[in-house]
Amino acid sequence: MNALSPLSRSDREPVRNLSRRTFLGAASGALLLGVGMRLSPAVAQTRAEGPAAVAPKPGTRVAAFLEIRPDNSVRLLSPFVEGGQGINTGLAQTIGEELDLDPGRFAVECAPPGPDYAVVNGLRMTGGSFSTRSSFEAMRRLGATAREMLLRAAAAKLSVPQASLTTEDGRVIHAASGRALGYGELAAAALALQPRDDVPLKDPARFRWIGKPVQRLDMRDKSTGRAVYSIDIRLDGMLQAAVQHAPHLGTEPEAITNEAEIRAMPGVHGVHRLPGAVAVVADTWWRARKGAEALAVTWSKPAPEGVDTVSAGFSSAAMLAALKGSTAPGIPAEQEGDTAAAFAKAPRIVEAEYDAPYLAHAQLEPPSAVAHFAADGSLDLWLPNQMPELFQQVAAKVAGVQPDSVRIHSPMLGGFFGRHFFYGPANPFPQAILLAKATGRPVRVLWSREEEFGMDAVRPLSFARFKAALGADGLPMALQTTAVGEGPIGRWFGALFKSPVDSSVVEGLDKKPYAIPNRRLDYVKVPHPVTIAFWRSVGHSMNDYFYESFLDEVAQAGGRDPYDLRMALLKDSARHRTLLKTVADLAGGWRRGPFTAEDGTKRARGVSMASPFGSETATIAEVSLKDGEARVHDLWIAIDPGSVVNPAIVKRQVESAAALGLSSTLLEQVVYEGGQRQAKNFDAYPILDRERMPRVHVAIVESGAPMGGIGEPGLPGVPPAVVNAVAALTGQRLRSLPLSKARLSGA
Amino acid sequence: MITLTINAQPFTVEAEPDTPLLFVLRDSLGMTGTKYGCGIGQCGACTILLDGQAARSCQVPVESVGDQTITTIEAIEQDPVGARVVAAWVGIEVPQCGYCQSGQVMAATGLLKQTPKPTEDDIAGAMTNLCRCGTYNAIAAAVRQAAA
Repeated sequence: MNALSPLSRSDREPVRNLSRRTFLGAASGALLLGVGMRLSPAVAQTRAEGPAAVAPKPGTRVAAFLEIRPDNSVRLLSPFVEGGQGINTGLAQTIGEELDLDPGRFAVECAPPGPDYAVVNGLRMTGGSFSTRSSFEAMRRLGATAREMLLRAAAAKLSVPQASLTTEDGRVIHAASGRALGYGELAAAALALQPRDDVPLKDPARFRWIGKPVQRLDMRDKSTGRAVYSIDIRLDGMLQAAVQHAPHLGTEPEAITNEAEIRAMPGVHGVHRLPGAVAVVADTWWRARKGAEALAVTWSKPAPEGVDTVSAGFSSAAMLAALKGSTAPGIPAEQEGDTAAAFAKAPRIVEAEYDAPYLAHAQLEPPSAVAHFAADGSLDLWLPNQMPELFQQVAAKVAGVQPDSVRIHSPMLGGFFGRHFFYGPANPFPQAILLAKATGRPVRVLWSREEEFGMDAVRPLSFARFKAALGADGLPMALQTTAVGEGPIGRWFGALFKSPVDSSVVEGLDKKPYAIPNRRLDYVKVPHPVTIAFWRSVGHSMNDYFYESFLDEVAQAGGRDPYDLRMALLKDSARHRTLLKTVADLAGGWRRGPFTAEDGTKRARGVSMASPFGSETATIAEVSLKDGEARVHDLWIAIDPGSVVNPAIVKRQVESAAALGLSSTLLEQVVYEGGQRQAKNFDAYPILDRERMPRVHVAIVESGAPMGGIGEPGLPGVPPAVVNAVAALTGQRLRSLPLSKARLSGA
Repeated sequence: MITLTINAQPFTVEAEPDTPLLFVLRDSLGMTGTKYGCGIGQCGACTILLDGQAARSCQVPVESVGDQTITTIEAIEQDPVGARVVAAWVGIEVPQCGYCQSGQVMAATGLLKQTPKPTEDDIAGAMTNLCRCGTYNAIAAAVRQAAA
């Protein structure tokens, strides 16, 4: 998802003249984003109200963000949605720093749709590890601007020069007279003033909260069951709906043979046909679910075979074979030097193919949505989402109302990892809207875990081919990489980007720091028939595994240690050499092994690097074998995000991302057979459990480079570091994930 | 009509006897702190205490509860062990997305009520709830702190 960042860059300008396609998917997203990008300052200004609404730029209108309460606490309307990444706390630190208000006095909510919140390079979304890095300067400025307005209001009220006033944690102080006014007392007068756009920011040397491990704001609520997620929203008179989806994506209900029987079940209110699904609406969800599971539905027939659709014969194995068998010419995504010439004279050539499976998000909160039409026909919608304006646009279309008649409520997310963008048939909210319309009552649609495993949008099954030319010194002279497949950027935001190369297919294979003089990276598009998604670290989630594992193969072929090879190839980048050295130091020095640990187990280590989402990482994994399975004991991760707002949150996010990366390395795959997903719950789709959780050691390097992302970058280095350790330990080079497919031996 | 004792209060609910206690708590009684995650006893997000012992409420038919007392996350701080567990969870900043943490806190409280000084094996045996955010190390640290 790196590609969503540089919207101002000429090579990724959004397409301005979007045709109105009937398909709700990519078109709606593109439409919305197009509108957002076209929004002129003049338009934004006319939408704002009140005397404070003079600043047209997103992230500048203080009144849209801050409500200062009488007790000097603040309600912050955030552009972002909290889902465990700690953004609410980070924003409170950032704004509180400049406003001079303790972050602990902030209550943060996700703001409704509105142009003020498009702070991610003119867009609004929570994803791509963008939240902090995209909004940091704007949110500092917002806090500083608000503080200046409070000072100005206080100067007027006390009839003293503004320069004679200072602030202290929520109060304006007039030291000369010993008088003080709380922010709450001043708020009404201050927010009526015109904000200045030239307020100086604090000297970072004087930061009290930015850069400090301030405690996250939501710890008590989340430890006592008081945090409210979409699944917890309850409205008076609300009906509950459960659904049975089509067994093959794209097929439709033709007949329901036991509809009368279902309608007669206790508590059942109705049976409704929906696109690709049948819903049972009842007074409680359990009753609705029993009804939905008992439905006897005849579905339209899928195509008999092929991978163009989710056919009766579609399988993940057939899809992988299609990717591997593709002979289409690639589009160059990156080119440097003359690879053909280098290969022609190379003394040694190394080749390998890598693949990684479809993956489920498996966030612990099953997806749901609550829809409620008001008497005037407007719609309230509570739903997990990472992009409120996009959901507002799509919901308006589904409901047949104007977007400004849709009020989007964005509760806390019970995990997201990319799950809650708009993915067409993978979102329950259109069903909730249709059912609320049909019943005239508020309706909650909740997907059972089984329906979620059936309908979740998946990380694409992916495949890459590598060919390296080695010089006589064992160093790679040339590298040819071919990535085959389709990614979520191309699928869902394709109309936005002019580039024919899908960045979400090639990220992690491109823009490497290694000094390999001749390189070519090709992209070959082969579409997936299934619903594909962003998944924590997106293309990096598989591509860094592919690339960094192959780099170890190159090291082995060239007779070089994998750590030493990387250090040699990083000769042009002091930043990366520092990071690699840092992770080695963190791990007590680099040693590949195999070696015998204190507990008598035979172990080995693997190393990897990655450049995800504007940050840099270096990772070392230590692995042993137990019952033919890789056991990861320790992960050492050094991350350089340039600079950080909250080091405690950074460390926990890196650990969290590492756990997900390890889960995907060891255990996870969504398998299709006969056109249907095989795993329907956690018993058949195992995820990392406590027993498999390694120790995770994180070192933060603040190089001062432009701020990078945090939520995702801890992930991509883990799969290759583990797989490289397994190769060192066993001699087995695993070129296909997850490792649970192979029985490991040799230790 | 089924009578239940939840958090030391009597409740009467109307539900089919095979209805999982989880959905009685969440939908009939509005106690939404207990979470639905998988419905098959795999993830532990729905963990409650039945007579002081951790149980996965999605696997407890409401008819089977009888006169066992039910404790949910809503009342966890009224239990001295539960209050210690919550304090450790907050102090160590365990939660990330937080969705599984009601169940984790209940499982930890159940463990410490049965085994006040658990060994690492005891912790491993009792703390089997899934966490997609990977907070397992923080969870173990918080259990150790609450037991200390």
